[in-house]
Formats: sequence, structure tokens, C-alpha cells
Amino acid sequence: MEYFIQQLINGLTLGSIYGLVAIGYTMVYGIIGMINFAHGDIFMLGGFAALIVFLIVTSFFAGIPIALLLLVMLLVGMILTGLWNWTIERVAYRPLRGSFRLAPLITAIGMSIVLSNFIQVTQGPRNKPIPPLVNDVYHLGAITISLKQLLIVVITAVLLFAFWYIVNKTPLGRAQRATEQDRKMAALLGVDVDRTISITFIMGAALAAVAGGMYLIYYGVASFNDGFIPGVKAFTAAVLGGIGSLPGAVLGGLLIGLIESLWSAYFSIAYKDVATFAILAFVLIFKPTGILGRPEVEKV
Amino acid sequence: MSNPSETGNAGTMGQALKEALFAGVIAFGMFLLFVGIETYQDINNALVWRTRWGLLAIFVIVAAVGRFVTVAFIKPHIDRRKLNKAKSGVLEISDKKSFFHKHFLKIALVLLLIYPFLSLMIVGKQGSLKYVDNFGIQILIYVMLAWGLNIVVGLAGLLDLGYVAFYAVGAYSYALLSSYFGFSFWLLLPMSGILAALWGIILGFPVLRLRGDYLAIVTLAFGEIIRLVLINWTDVTKGTFGISGIAKASFFGIWSFDTGATNNFVKAWGLSASSVYYKIFLFYIILALCMLTAYVTIRLRRMPIGRAWEALREDEIACRSLGINTVTTKLTAFAIGAMFGGFAGSFFATRQGFVSPESFVFLESAVILAIVVLGGMGSLTGIAIAAIVMVGGTEVLREMSFLKVVFGPDFTPELYRMLLFGLAMIIVMLFKPRGFVGSREPTAFLKERRAVSGSFTKEGHG
Repeated sequence: MEYFIQQLINGLTLGSIYGLVAIGYTMVYGIIGMINFAHGDIFMLGGFAALIVFLIVTSFFAGIPIALLLLVMLLVGMILTGLWNWTIERVAYRPLRGSFRLAPLITAIGMSIVLSNFIQVTQGPRNKPIPPLVNDVYHLGAITISLKQLLIVVITAVLLFAFWYIVNKTPLGRAQRATEQDRKMAALLGVDVDRTISITFIMGAALAAVAGGMYLIYYGVASFNDGFIPGVKAFTAAVLGGIGSLPGAVLGGLLIGLIESLWSAYFSIAYKDVATFAILAFVLIFKPTGILGRPEVEKV
Repeated sequence: MSNPSETGNAGTMGQALKEALFAGVIAFGMFLLFVGIETYQDINNALVWRTRWGLLAIFVIVAAVGRFVTVAFIKPHIDRRKLNKAKSGVLEISDKKSFFHKHFLKIALVLLLIYPFLSLMIVGKQGSLKYVDNFGIQILIYVMLAWGLNIVVGLAGLLDLGYVAFYAVGAYSYALLSSYFGFSFWLLLPMSGILAALWGIILGFPVLRLRGDYLAIVTLAFGEIIRLVLINWTDVTKGTFGISGIAKASFFGIWSFDTGATNNFVKAWGLSASSVYYKIFLFYIILALCMLTAYVTIRLRRMPIGRAWEALREDEIACRSLGINTVTTKLTAFAIGAMFGGFAGSFFATRQGFVSPESFVFLESAVILAIVVLGGMGSLTGIAIAAIVMVGGTEVLREMSFLKVVFGPDFTPELYRMLLFGLAMIIVMLFKPRGFVGSREPTAFLKERRAVSGSFTKEGHG
């Protein structure tokens, strides 16, 4: 039983990270109907930004409080990756809006290749380890919870609340929801569609950057090809929850995290990625709308 | 509305300067950490950093100057040309074709046939190894894969991101069956094609209901599952170590290319020993396989099944209402596409003599798909040109040792291979979303055959 609860906690931690990345996929898919294939690499960029900020800050201010350090790492990561995703949308996706369907998917795949190879070229192909930041561990009977895990879950919860507030309670969120429902009509009613889409990309990237930073803190290592597998897993989460649905993305993320950790605990660690991919295939084949998604109407 | 030629030059320049400054600031923000700072491990294996302000400055200046030139000169120029074209009212497609254009395919085929001997004559035995193997065979493998995928994506409009799985099935079928049972290449070549086609049907069945992006993602998942199984099923596949010592192809059993064999090709013909003969032999095998793929594709397009594929690509609902069986149509597309992937795979295995899951990563699928899309989906010539440019281009990059003189001895051009590949994918898509060859030759026509613009077809919708 303790073992099970332990795995549950690990799964929730991992799931929070996937959930944050999944939101980026689901938002972009909802608003412009494309799979932003480069989103996983945006997540990787966020991790690298956090890593580099960590190195710079600790070399100048050795005794900086951990909380402040984390805040700076995540904030700088959010801003920079937001900038990246904004530029990517402007350069690679926007000119192809209205082109045939495959075009933006191809540029997104190209962008994903470019981003991971850009980091490989500029920062080197080797894994980048950092010393552990937070080491505290709490024991509840036989169960151990590390401060790291607690931190990740709490940060995710706070971000999700802020995000929920923006989407549901602010004029910006209203514009986003309107654009998602009917882009042309929203434009006619005075919503600046281009700006809304840009902001959506920035928001998605910011969440992915936080996820990337936390992934770095959790595993203590960053690598240029960290984008692909977590990216596909987060996409699976988005699909499982119902693509286009924000609560669905979070739910899907948590489920994928749980499935992954329970699968590796009870079945086989070697096939844990196979489990995720199989779930992706099964959900898409048998219930393409996911758990919370709306059914798609086939238009003639 | 102001005419671009009448707008004041000063206005454009001011605008360009503003945009250039903006681009510079954005580039500074983007590259500050990733280019301006270098992280590396010191002697104690601890991660440390140093600055690279010079490189950062170059990135920022390139971004700013590039934006300036685009806004100030290139954009007005393009606008003017578009305006003139619209005014003149002359369509771009002309009926007059040059001699080269008319006989392009014949010339290309003849060139390909004499290519190995040409390279033998010019650079000799040792030199032509590189040209026949690295350029010839390598490019032709990708041409074949891209033509195979073209059946699925270009003709039937089913976006497949896991095509490399069938390539892997073909390669492993040959590697495993030849090393466990000792079957020959000529027996296993059709067999791996059939096995791959079977897998195409097995994987095709569940995804019949899916369309567009969803189909793409499921095929990606299948491709990854097959790769992960190859990695983890170590009893059979030897995992990441791969299978080595795969048998060479023989000259239809008459001559062998193994050095120890009694019926060795080189000995039988009294030639001096060199591996170049085997490479030339392989070159002709893959050339023949490519021709087979092209021939089958061209013939199938004119058959009911090919027409059904193209109809399916254009509109699935209309297709169904007209009584076309979409299940068999889709499955045959998957199966035939997969079969050619399987052929290419078994050829790859015999050429390398070694297969490992490393060769079948998602990136390969992306590269093959990129070639198909960049070449213009459905156009065999375009795809072949795209394969030559993209694969040949990256191979050329390996050869560019003179760049070391320019950028210093630490410069390794190979590192930039995939980066440039990705950039090329994006740039070609932005400027020619229909690929290099944007026109289609229809197979059914009224009175006379006319090329139609690719914009009239809507691939990838299916």
C-alpha cells in the first residue's frame, strides 16, 4: 500500500509537468487547429533557460535564498521562451495560416528539428547536470515526499489557477475563447485575432517554460533532445483529456503521469514509453474526443 | 491604397529602420542566453559558463540587417513584380518547353545509368567509392522511401508520420531471417516487402476512421512503439547493439561479393580487388528498385485504385457517397506504401551490413516526409529533386572541410547538418508551400492534357 501511494505521489509530480506542457498543445490546437509540433522543444528551451540562469545567478550571488533563485529561474525562462514562441509563430506559422493543412505541420516539425539542433550546436551535445537545489525530504510513515515534489505540485496549482483566471475572467480570455469558437466572427466583432493568437502562443510557452524549469530541478539534468519524448507525452495528455479542453489537458497530464509511474512500478520500466504511445493510439482510435472534449462535427 | 512604386522612399526606409531595430531587440532577447552564454563542464566536471558576446552580436546584427533588407528592398520588389504580373494578365504556364525540359526524364535516366562508370573514369576506384556510395546509393534510398511514402501521403492523402516503422520492419526482416536462417537477399527482398505490407495493413486497420492530424499522431505513435520494441526485445533483436554481420547481396547467386568465396565476382572476372564493384552493384539494385517504385506508382495512378486514392485525398465524404470502398482504398495505400518501405529497408540492411534501432528514429520519418512535401506531393520528379537537394546537400556539407579555414579548426560542418535541414524545411514551406514542383499532370482529361497548379488539389485533408 505504501509503495502504491509512493508511486501515486511520483506520478502526480510528473503529471503536473506534463499537464503544464499539455495546456500549450491544447490551446494552440483549439485556437488555430494545428498541432504545434515544436512545443516539446519550447519546453526544452525553458529548461535550458532555467539552467543557464541558475549558473549565472549562483556564480554572482552564491548565498542567494533558494526561493528567490527559483523565482528568477522560472521567470526568466517564461519571458525568454515566450519571446521564442512569439517569434516562431510570427515567422513560421502565421504566413501559412490559410495555406493547405499540412503546411504549418511541416514547418512545425522543421522548427522542432531546428530548435533541438540549435541548442545542440550552441550548448553542446552532452547532458548538463546541475547540483540538486532542494534536498529536504519529509517522511510520513513509510512514504517519503520530497520538497521538490511538493514544490512542483504547488507551483503547478498556482499557475493553473492564474491561467484559469485569465482565460475565464479577463477580456483577453474572452477574446481567446471567441477566437477559438469562430475566428472570422471574432474578427468582425473587433477582436484582434492576430494579437490574440500571439498571446496564446506566449502563454503556452510560458507554462511550458515553467514545466521545463521544474523538469530540470526534478531530474537535475538538461539535454538538447529532452523535447521530443516529454513533448509527445504531453501531447498524449492533451489528447487523452480531450484536445481543446483546458481542464482536460490538466486531467490528461495527471493521468499520464500516474500511468507512467504505476506502469514502471508494477510492469516494466523498459516499456513505459510504449504504454504512453499505446494509450495515445487507443484514445485516438476509440475515443478521439478524449475524456472532456466536445465531439467534432463533420462539415461537408 | 498607395501604389508601392509611388510611396516615398524615405517612408519605406524609416519603416525599415524601425523594423530592423525591433528585430534586433527581439533577436537580442532570444539569443542572449542561448548564444551569448556558453555552458561547459570544467576539469572537475562541474558545469560552468563563459560569455560569447561576439557571436551574440553577429546574430543580432544579422537579424537586424536581414529585416532591414527585407522590408526596404525585397518586399517592395516582390510587390512590384506581383503588380506587373497582374497588370499584364499573362499566365505563367507557357506551352513552349525547352529541349531539356521536354526530355528531362530520359536525360536523367541515362545520366543515372552511366553515373557509376562516369565517377570511375573521373576519380578512379578509390575516389568513386564516396560518390557511388555516399551520394548515389544514399540519395537513391531516400528517393525510394520518399516515393513509397508518396503513395500514402501524396496520392491517398493519408499523413503518415511513422513511415520509418516499415523501413525498420524491412531492414529487421532481412537482418533476422538472413542471420538466423541464412536465406539469400533475393529471396528475402520480396519477403521483407510482403512483411512490411502486412504490417502496413495491421497498423492501417485501426486508424481507418481517423483523419488529418490525428492520423499523423497515431502513425507517429506506432512508429515509436515499433522502435521501442526493437530496443527492448533484446532476445531477438539484440537491442541497441543492433545486428551486425548481415550477409551481402549476391549477383543472383552466380557471383558472390564475399572476399573468401570461391565464386567471388572480382576473381571470376579477373579484376583487382576493390569494394567499389559491390557498391556499383548495389547502386544498380537500388536504382532498379526506385524505377520499380516509380513504374508501379505511375501505372497505379491510372488504375481504378489509383484514381480512388486521389479521389479520397480530395474529398473523403464525396468518395464514400459515390460508393468507393474507403476501407480497401486506404488499406491498399498503406500496404503498397509500406511494401516499398520494406524493400528499401532490406536493401538498407544489406548495404550497411548492420542494423540498429538508432537508424529508425522519428527524425528519419520527418526527413522522408519533408522530402515528399518539399518536392511537391504527388510529383515523382519533384520528390526526386527534393531528395537530391536535401540528402545530397547534407552529404556535401560533410565534404566542406574548406570551411574549417574560414571558421577555425574547431568548426565541424556535420553538426549543422540537421539544423540546416530543419531551416530548409521551414523556408521552402514558407516560399513554396506546394513544393518544388507545384503542378500536377492529370491522368484523366478532356481533349488535351494540361498541367494543373498544385493549389487545386488539397492533399493531406483526408
